[in-house]
Amino acid sequence: MSALAANSPGAPVHAGSTLLEVRALAKQFGAARVLKNISLNIAAGEFLTLLGESGSGKTTLLRLIAGFETPTSGEIWMGGQRLDKLPAYRRPVNTVFQHYALFPHLNVRENVAYGLRVKGTAADEIAGRVDEALGMVKMHDFAGARPAKLSGGQQQRVALARALVNRPQLLLLDEPLSALDANLRKQMQSELKSLQREIGITFLFVTHDQEEAMALSDRIALLRGGALEQIASPREIYARPATAYAAQFIGQTNLLAAEVRDGFAVCGALRWPTSERDGAAAFSLRPEDILLVDAGRPPVAGSVNFRGTIRQQLYGGANETLEVACGENQTLRVRIRAAPSAAPPLDGEHAFSFQPGDAVRVAT
Amino acid sequence: MYSRAYKTIVSVPPLLWVGTFLLLPYALMLVHSFWLVRDGFIVQQWNLGNYATLFGKPVYLEVLLRTVRIAGSVTLCSLLLGYPLAYYLSFHAGMRKEFLYQLVIVPLWVSYLVRGYAWKTILGSDGVLNGFLQYAHITHEPLGFLLYSPFAVVLMLTHIYTPFVFLPIYAALESIPRPLIEASQDLGATPGKTFFRIIVPLSMPGLLAGATFAFVLSLGDFLAPLLVGGASGTMIANVVQSLFGAAYDWPLGAAVSVCILLLTLSLLLATETLEKRWSFK
Repeated sequence: MSALAANSPGAPVHAGSTLLEVRALAKQFGAARVLKNISLNIAAGEFLTLLGESGSGKTTLLRLIAGFETPTSGEIWMGGQRLDKLPAYRRPVNTVFQHYALFPHLNVRENVAYGLRVKGTAADEIAGRVDEALGMVKMHDFAGARPAKLSGGQQQRVALARALVNRPQLLLLDEPLSALDANLRKQMQSELKSLQREIGITFLFVTHDQEEAMALSDRIALLRGGALEQIASPREIYARPATAYAAQFIGQTNLLAAEVRDGFAVCGALRWPTSERDGAAAFSLRPEDILLVDAGRPPVAGSVNFRGTIRQQLYGGANETLEVACGENQTLRVRIRAAPSAAPPLDGEHAFSFQPGDAVRVAT
Repeated sequence: MYSRAYKTIVSVPPLLWVGTFLLLPYALMLVHSFWLVRDGFIVQQWNLGNYATLFGKPVYLEVLLRTVRIAGSVTLCSLLLGYPLAYYLSFHAGMRKEFLYQLVIVPLWVSYLVRGYAWKTILGSDGVLNGFLQYAHITHEPLGFLLYSPFAVVLMLTHIYTPFVFLPIYAALESIPRPLIEASQDLGATPGKTFFRIIVPLSMPGLLAGATFAFVLSLGDFLAPLLVGGASGTMIANVVQSLFGAAYDWPLGAAVSVCILLLTLSLLLATETLEKRWSFK
């Protein structure tokens, strides 16, 4: 496998050092500002995900890096080389397309060999590298088949092999799993992740699926309306969302519009100590951070306690989500471990608690 | 589901049409080609004399060869004009695409004869082109080869059949998924390599269909040679016409027609096989 690791023709790239640098990149289609002043760095060997809703600009950013669009302003740099002035076919990046974009008139082997062939690589080297790439995605048995004869998952593997055989420094993946059904998708996620670890190529992955982003990424760049909302590791972005949007987009949350005064935040029936300054402030409190306090069990020291009425109990397999009314027009979501099947349904008034530190201040 | 009776009823008119106006005439033609003419009357006596004449007298093969040559030239010229045009419209025309497409289609609405006479006016010895050339002192006397020559026939047929070549090629180019072009560039192929390795192979069915149109339609054309061909531009269909008309030798005319028909059918068969090889759906 090591032979497939990125070999950089330019300056040597060490793991952890910056591989790609996006500087103040903007893209306008007519009057629509699809991308507004984006700056970000991608480290060598990193798995970075561009996450966002449709229209957030994530695909446009990917296409700018691949060279299918030209930026309105800003620059893209890679290892001391300015990328945004180069045509797509001169850039040391390769793309896995959303619908694979395999060449229908070429068989699997010819598809994978295409990139090497157009660059005039020697025939015996092509044969070796194509074999290696096909082996990596376990598609040897289908080398002679035309893409139309393959299933979605198989086409996906071929598309991966076709990109990786060129040993790009950076692999761009444009929602590569979105056309697969749920089970296959999970399996491919896992394969993709281990493949990336094995060959050490930097992945820039585009998706609108936050679960997928969390499962795969070293870091997530959350985009919203063409701007960067937050860029951080999945754990950090989940535990410390910078904005209300980030908190709601990644996982579920209770957004509390509170008033801070004298070291305490007040939101409806809830009151908890905080170090935030006085004034209006929004807080994010994850449903699983709120505990259902069993009758008779003493409250944990330092926790915030309140009482609420369970309005709705939504079963979700391992978990259940409770919709809890506490005070006027205030409903909180609470996630608890699912009770055994024999347990009676929950309703009525109960005691709940959370740690003040779990209410995270977010920008609105 | 439709009933059997319904299916029978709706299929009768087209079958009747094809039978009366296609199969029956073909059968009559085939039969005639094995008869002969004696003293100005058609005699229903089976013989292979017409085919012997056809392959024995060099004049027929000569005209047939010239016809194939002209049809081939027309095909080549309309491909050379039609493909770049279709390529430009499909890939680079942007906002002007619809408008330009209509411009290509409009000539199809103009009568064939009008276009033929237009070329006569342009190419004649005191026509527009010769007039201009002399006015500009490029030539000092009218160029004779412009009109009443195979050149004029090729020019006129190319003008007429280029839209027929353009249309299937354009349709084929339009159906190429654009991500394939991006994928090719992404893998390091220059625009030229992308064109020859991806675009040309994937537009091959349209190219073959267009070439077949141009070749088959030119092969059977008799108006263009009549209008602008002169004696040196006579084509095989003119021979058929004169055999059925002035010469009153229907059997020989039928034999020539059978040969053209066989040539056309084998060509269609060949291109169909090729088109199948180049489709990947």
